[in-house]
Amino acid sequence: MRFKAELLNAEEMRRALYRIAHEIVEANKGVEGLALIGIHTRGIPLAERIARYIREFEGKEVPVGILDITLYRDDLSEIGVRPQVRETRIPFDITGKALVLVDDVLYTGRTARAALDALMDLGRPRRIYLAVLVDRGHRELPIRADFVGKNVPTARNEVVKVKLSEVDGEDRVELWEREEA
Amino acid sequence: MRHLLDFQGWTRPEVENLLDTARVMSEVLERPVKKVPALQGFTVATVFFEPSTRTRISFELAARRMSADVVSFAAQASSLQKGESYKDTLLTLEAMGIDAYVIRADSAGVPHQATRWVKGVVINGGDGRRAHPTQALLDAYTLLEALGTLEGKKIAIVGDILHSRVARSNVELLPLLGAEVWVAGPPTLLPQTLPGARLTPHLEEALAEADAVMVLRLQKERMEAGLIHLQDYIAHYQVTEERLRKTKPSAPLLHPGPMNRDIELEGTLADSERSLVNRQVRNGQAVRMAVLYHLLVGKER
Repeated sequence: MRFKAELLNAEEMRRALYRIAHEIVEANKGVEGLALIGIHTRGIPLAERIARYIREFEGKEVPVGILDITLYRDDLSEIGVRPQVRETRIPFDITGKALVLVDDVLYTGRTARAALDALMDLGRPRRIYLAVLVDRGHRELPIRADFVGKNVPTARNEVVKVKLSEVDGEDRVELWEREEA
Repeated sequence: MRHLLDFQGWTRPEVENLLDTARVMSEVLERPVKKVPALQGFTVATVFFEPSTRTRISFELAARRMSADVVSFAAQASSLQKGESYKDTLLTLEAMGIDAYVIRADSAGVPHQATRWVKGVVINGGDGRRAHPTQALLDAYTLLEALGTLEGKKIAIVGDILHSRVARSNVELLPLLGAEVWVAGPPTLLPQTLPGARLTPHLEEALAEADAVMVLRLQKERMEAGLIHLQDYIAHYQVTEERLRKTKPSAPLLHPGPMNRDIELEGTLADSERSLVNRQVRNGQAVRMAVLYHLLVGKER
């Protein structure tokens, strides 16, 4: 793969997430009944950071859960490699809550759809928002994000790599291009 | 892993990976909706040439909780009664588009044979006295839940070791996870050798400082065959509260069921805090969900 561009540096990422945190509180008119759900893998630290920012400016805790969507993927009966199933841990009742699903990249929309299915099996939330750090387009399902850190028009052969200090040791979003075979 | 027949050739990371998946499945079983769509489109057949209630129900529930379609074949009410062979029975099911076969048979090797006859994956649901791998997996899972780790732990298996597929599979599996397995029973019910286990006719030796005790069901036909005398067995091998004092304090007690209370174990022990029997049954579903997931997802169809 060939490196093309840096889409966000650490400071830009911080500002984008800070803005998303504000937008979430504004949309929900406060933090009452609000909860964040991070989607494995990088959605989890992103949800935790947003919760931390909300605590900073609102002085209130917003609960954070983690969700693995593997068992809800729509291609499990077709794929050639078995994906690792990981933990789902939502230590609060989601019924009646305003949930914010958090993920790093929004692409085809299939992960978000799987996450919606998973959440519906866990309870009946009042509403569900979707927050992503990067929206790179190419949707295959009628899904859109409510909160977006950065919209990036991409080509299909491009790859958006989100690096987070909790997982990758640094905060940075990069655009790469797959070499033609 | 293409089939699950026994644990020959298995590695510790493979076992641990499967048990990690079982942990996730266990969380699914605690949800209000105990069902995920992971195996939608797959069909699982439980093919029980030998009667069984708990293993069959456990597998069928596991498959349904993963959204697979399930068909159930029981030898007693089937064309086997009209003389059809195991092979033809399986080929008939194969023609109906089965993806996974859970096979229970009274003779050893039937699931192995089945892998040559059918294209679907084969899971050994217990064959003769040879193997019962999902029982051993659920035992290992339950022991890990109770003890945290099996590394360096002494596990005592007590009873009719010679005829027990549960004991054999546990003796294959538990050492893979670092456990030291002792088996104890009357000399007439102990094999000559059992690789992976320390054998003893002295119950006290097996129980001494044991971290957990697994009690096996004593089968009536063994008594009828004159291999043991019931009162002698009770006198020397029944697991009692008194005898459990030799183990580590509050070492958990497992039993694959169904139990003969007051024969292989003191009846009250089955209901005591030490008993993990109900956890084993519950964990059986989670473990079987994990096995189905590992065998079916990512497999070439």
